[in-house]
Amino acid sequence: MAIPIDNTPKFQAYAHPEVIVSTEWLADHLGAPGLVVVESDEDVLLYEVGHISGAAKIDWHTDLNDAVVRDYINGHGFQALMNRHGISRDDTIVIYGDNKNWWATYALWVFTLFGHPDVRLLDGGREKWIAEGRPVTTDVAPVAEGSYPLVARNDENIRAFRDDVVAHLGKPLIDVRSPEEYSGERTHMPNYPQEGALRGGHIPGALSVPWARAVSEDGTYKSRAELETLYLTDAGLQKGDDIIAYCRIGERSSHSWFALKYLLGFETVRNYDGSWTEWGSLVRAPIAVGAEPGRV
Amino acid sequence: MTDFTPPALRDTRDGFLELDERSRLEFLLEFANDLPPLPVHYAEHEDELERVEECQSPVFIIVDVDDDVVTVHATAPLEAPTTRGFASILVHGLTGLASQAVLDCPEDFPLTLGLTKIVSPLRLRGLSGMLWRIKRQVAEKSVTG
Repeated sequence: MAIPIDNTPKFQAYAHPEVIVSTEWLADHLGAPGLVVVESDEDVLLYEVGHISGAAKIDWHTDLNDAVVRDYINGHGFQALMNRHGISRDDTIVIYGDNKNWWATYALWVFTLFGHPDVRLLDGGREKWIAEGRPVTTDVAPVAEGSYPLVARNDENIRAFRDDVVAHLGKPLIDVRSPEEYSGERTHMPNYPQEGALRGGHIPGALSVPWARAVSEDGTYKSRAELETLYLTDAGLQKGDDIIAYCRIGERSSHSWFALKYLLGFETVRNYDGSWTEWGSLVRAPIAVGAEPGRV
Repeated sequence: MTDFTPPALRDTRDGFLELDERSRLEFLLEFANDLPPLPVHYAEHEDELERVEECQSPVFIIVDVDDDVVTVHATAPLEAPTTRGFASILVHGLTGLASQAVLDCPEDFPLTLGLTKIVSPLRLRGLSGMLWRIKRQVAEKSVTG
């Protein structure tokens, strides 16, 4: 039985209202058969501090990544993960997390690599749920093992690799890091390593749109109109653009990927998960420094 | 080869390693809940503290060295229990030691706690960052202080 979408007017204005739900909607539907809630946080202890009743903990670091190679788990790993949590292919999954859902959207992006049909984001995430005084629990009920199908991971549509980015130079690239990371400012402290990369700066031609500008103080995504101002009017993106977003390891850029693809309806948006930790250490990769996008 | 890990940190390590993985997270949470508040002077002058850039959350530390006795102070937000736990481990484990004992603490201490698989190496960089900044501050303050 299909779980209805959230009819909140703000969502109706988005290109894909079916992938986002409000805290009120979740409170009304919690416990419905076929609905599974997943918590995915930057801080690995928050779930233990308290979580939405019945939520499964799926950690990006420890559950969604390959243990050896810098890559995501494959179909077998995803199947095993889903089975462990009793998740079925036809379940509606609602994902939420801390800090404005930045890691929750990263988990959602990985679920989308496996084409799970119905995955939605809880607008405002963990902080909004708690700020509204809604209940959390430390209980973890045992879950019956599921039977998820073996599905191959599909990197074609929403994931960009280094060579894709090289081929993409000159087309829209969104750098969602802070302005200081974008410009490549170094600190005055000697021997201070640039976080995870040997060089600072940005990919030439990339536009700077820090990820958190897409959300309000309470962690909810801004309205359609506000997002259009941010990405179209201010950043200069145009309808029909083929976009690649990146940050440091693809975590913040997933958050922007979600906004561009599902809220604004850009059809071709890819997340470059190698991001700056890869590009900024890559021998002879071109780099632009300073506040301007720079020439390709 | 001699293990230069200070006794309190060795106890902490034993505590983690005795537990199963799930319980290790609970143990880390206990540390998080046990992070002492900043003393009044630092609470009122947070600009004197050093930001631990290796952590995504705003985490700040400051070290005092008086008569060669080290005291570590740290602050981290309540909504970042993992970093509070890390800070608390070091505050409890290094406070009261002589400067040299802190400087001798092995850099790889964070990786010996049995947390690497359940917390992830990327997150443990925050603990490493705290440790090397504490050691650097101790080195600076021992020379001038």
